[in-house]
Amino acid sequence: MSTTPDNGENQGQEPENGIGRREFILRAGAAGALVAGSIIAGRKLWQPNHFIPGFEDQKGLQLPPYTFGASKLLPTMAIAHGPDHEKTVGAAIGALGGMSRFIEKGDIVMIKPNVAFDRPPALAATTHPDALRAVANLVFAAGAAKIIIADNPINSPTGCFLKSGLRQVANELNLDLLYPETNSFAPLQLTGEVLKNWTFFHEPFKKATKVIGLAPCKDHNLCHSSMTMKNWYGLLGGRRNQFHQHIHSIVSDFALMMKPTLVILDGMNVLMKNGPTGGRLSDVKPMGTIVAGTDMVAVDSYGYTHLLERDIAELTYIHKAHDRGLGNKNWKEAHYKEVQA
Amino acid sequence: MKLRTVRRISQVFFFSLFLFFVIVSDLRYLKGYPISLFLELDPLVAFATAITTHTIYKGLLWSLLLLIPTILLGRIFCNWICPYGILHHFIGWLMGKGRAEEKVRIESNRYRSIYQIKYIILIGMIVAALFGSLQIGLLDPICLFHRSMTTAILPTLNLIFPSSFYVRQNYFVAGWVVGFLLFLMVGMNVVIPRFFCRVLCPLGAFLGTISSAALWRIERNPTKCVDCDLCLKNCEGASDPHTQLRKSECFVCFNCIEDCPEDAISFKFVPPLQHEITTPAVPGRRALLGSMLGFAFFGFGRASGAQERDYDKKVIRPPGSVEEKDFLERCIKCDQCIRVCPTNVLQPAFLQAGLEGIWTPILNNKIGYCELNCTLCGQACPTGAIQRITIEEKTGVGKFAEQGPVRLGTAFYDHGRCLPWSMETPCVVCEEVCPVSPKAIFSREVTITKRDGTDITLRRPYVDPALCIGCGICEHECPVTDEAAIRVTAVGETRSHDRRLLMDGGVTSAVRELEQRKR
Repeated sequence: MSTTPDNGENQGQEPENGIGRREFILRAGAAGALVAGSIIAGRKLWQPNHFIPGFEDQKGLQLPPYTFGASKLLPTMAIAHGPDHEKTVGAAIGALGGMSRFIEKGDIVMIKPNVAFDRPPALAATTHPDALRAVANLVFAAGAAKIIIADNPINSPTGCFLKSGLRQVANELNLDLLYPETNSFAPLQLTGEVLKNWTFFHEPFKKATKVIGLAPCKDHNLCHSSMTMKNWYGLLGGRRNQFHQHIHSIVSDFALMMKPTLVILDGMNVLMKNGPTGGRLSDVKPMGTIVAGTDMVAVDSYGYTHLLERDIAELTYIHKAHDRGLGNKNWKEAHYKEVQA
Repeated sequence: MKLRTVRRISQVFFFSLFLFFVIVSDLRYLKGYPISLFLELDPLVAFATAITTHTIYKGLLWSLLLLIPTILLGRIFCNWICPYGILHHFIGWLMGKGRAEEKVRIESNRYRSIYQIKYIILIGMIVAALFGSLQIGLLDPICLFHRSMTTAILPTLNLIFPSSFYVRQNYFVAGWVVGFLLFLMVGMNVVIPRFFCRVLCPLGAFLGTISSAALWRIERNPTKCVDCDLCLKNCEGASDPHTQLRKSECFVCFNCIEDCPEDAISFKFVPPLQHEITTPAVPGRRALLGSMLGFAFFGFGRASGAQERDYDKKVIRPPGSVEEKDFLERCIKCDQCIRVCPTNVLQPAFLQAGLEGIWTPILNNKIGYCELNCTLCGQACPTGAIQRITIEEKTGVGKFAEQGPVRLGTAFYDHGRCLPWSMETPCVVCEEVCPVSPKAIFSREVTITKRDGTDITLRRPYVDPALCIGCGICEHECPVTDEAAIRVTAVGETRSHDRRLLMDGGVTSAVRELEQRKR
């Protein structure tokens, strides 16, 4: 007594133990479509050639230069001495003609501090929060729309930004702090001496229009010193612990990789020994100096001779960078200005 | 408002609170949240550690607070507060018999004798604790759920949503075992509703025993009752509300009150004893079997020598950890230390630390390293297995300069794998990252003639055992990544006098410098 038609009896033209034409077409069609689909998919997915694992072609992005038009009147390097972090930074930038020379209204500025280690500021192993605060204030005053700070530290990123005091400054001044997250990296292409294709911390550079390197001045156990050039190490990811096998070539490759708007070397307190980590206040010497400039080779060579007080002859990476035309190691040949804060 | 609605609000609240504490246990978000709240409220943690250590560590005293509602109202914790119980309740409704026919549901909620097992487990764990082996964490629901979240759920979710819970992906070597055990427990709800809570939960057994004394309980009015058994339809505890109530099994979910069509069930103050089965039903011989099992667990575990001469070189404990035997008296395997560790170095042990040490934290320097200026694991540890030491105490500065730093182990070179030692290649990443000052790793410059006849000047690294703190960053950063050319092993750890390496710290540069500093 059901209201729905019963199969087999109420289907009209269908034979009792067979199927109708319509159903045959449908079922044969489905089977045919499955066969055809498999063949098309198989053809499409077919990989006829093998490859040698690990030797595939590598492609990566190119980093644009962040330099700006040169000026004949204004100096390219400034050395400021003084007791106060903020004032000395201000004096150095002022001697270069002010931050507005480098930063235009609306710029998105990436400031690259060195936050490699989980250390408090007094140990001088990381960019000092006062230096970041001073630079960021100048950048904002020059009309920047946004400041990004980012680094890929050796120690755990959260701990490094917290204990170096930079997270605090970022919160205070509303800077965008970017941690090196899983998806923050992309391969970079370079024609360096050793660095050809490497995982790069790309996220901050998706929007940045200007780049300022803000590095502490430090001793380094292997390459003698870590200053503004070595600071770009923190933009790379991957197996960085292989760099040490060609450390001087790699550090000079950084000068090729990054063409920053400005670099600032913080020599207020210099990590003289036990670098790059430091660990005791006795490793640190107050030098009361900020060096700013557009040529990181010149800035670093001043830092090595006058802040770390060592013989430039042993600093292989500076000579490599100079010989490759990536900067001038003879900082006195630059148009420089030395001021007191 | 219906009681059921109030209970659901409580369940959502406490479950969310638990998840909140798990998620904010990260250096980016931490700011004094009481992340150990659930573990500190857990009276089984306080009770069992009091048996093993004869002390109640810091915040564990809060667990007294939970005894109050239990003594007044019964096992209200199980269905109103316990996040793991809430999970099972929810999953049972979603996947299990919660949506089956009325008859099936009524049958699935009748009391069964296997529900005694939890009491036998509890007895076994208490006996093991009496001998100094703390094993409640294996099945305590708060420890178990926290461990599962930390070592299985969050890292898995972070794979799908990168950088959602961590800046860098965290890995847990034995996390898959924890994960599948969670799967099994949750999945059993399909077979027996609230399987874990009814059959296995030692905290439930503990609260059940206490709730024998509860003043209020579910009471059936036999003159009104028509024996329809509808009160069993949603009974979470399988506590037989349709006859004599099994007081120690009742989760106080109040479903029976609302399900009763005759209004025969109510929540009553001191109702007559003859209407209830007051204490847990555990036959004496089975209790004896449980206690023998507990003793065997301790005995077999200890007799393996894993805590003695056969201690594993890779059982490197977090900074501030107490000596191994004391550690096994305190660690509840909640893995909260593992959750807060910013470098992912802390891992749940599987069998490295012996039978008794399953899921206790050990360092895996291949995955991470111990951050010098960090004592988060000790801050998070609710039981003092990792003591709440300060940075000064850990690094041995200031007042603690005389005794020196806390050492986790000692680093040793494997010259055959080291690039400057045997492969004519410069390196010394290990020296660069060594965090102590002066560095425990130092290098000596040598000029060697290479195979091709040219000279190369290399720095070959050495360890100064008087300065090495065993943090493992050298091993972690070594470019020989599969098995590093420098590896930290547990020997030299300061927590154990038996496992120290140097009798007096050694006459090394470090000691000389210390003397200079004192002058």
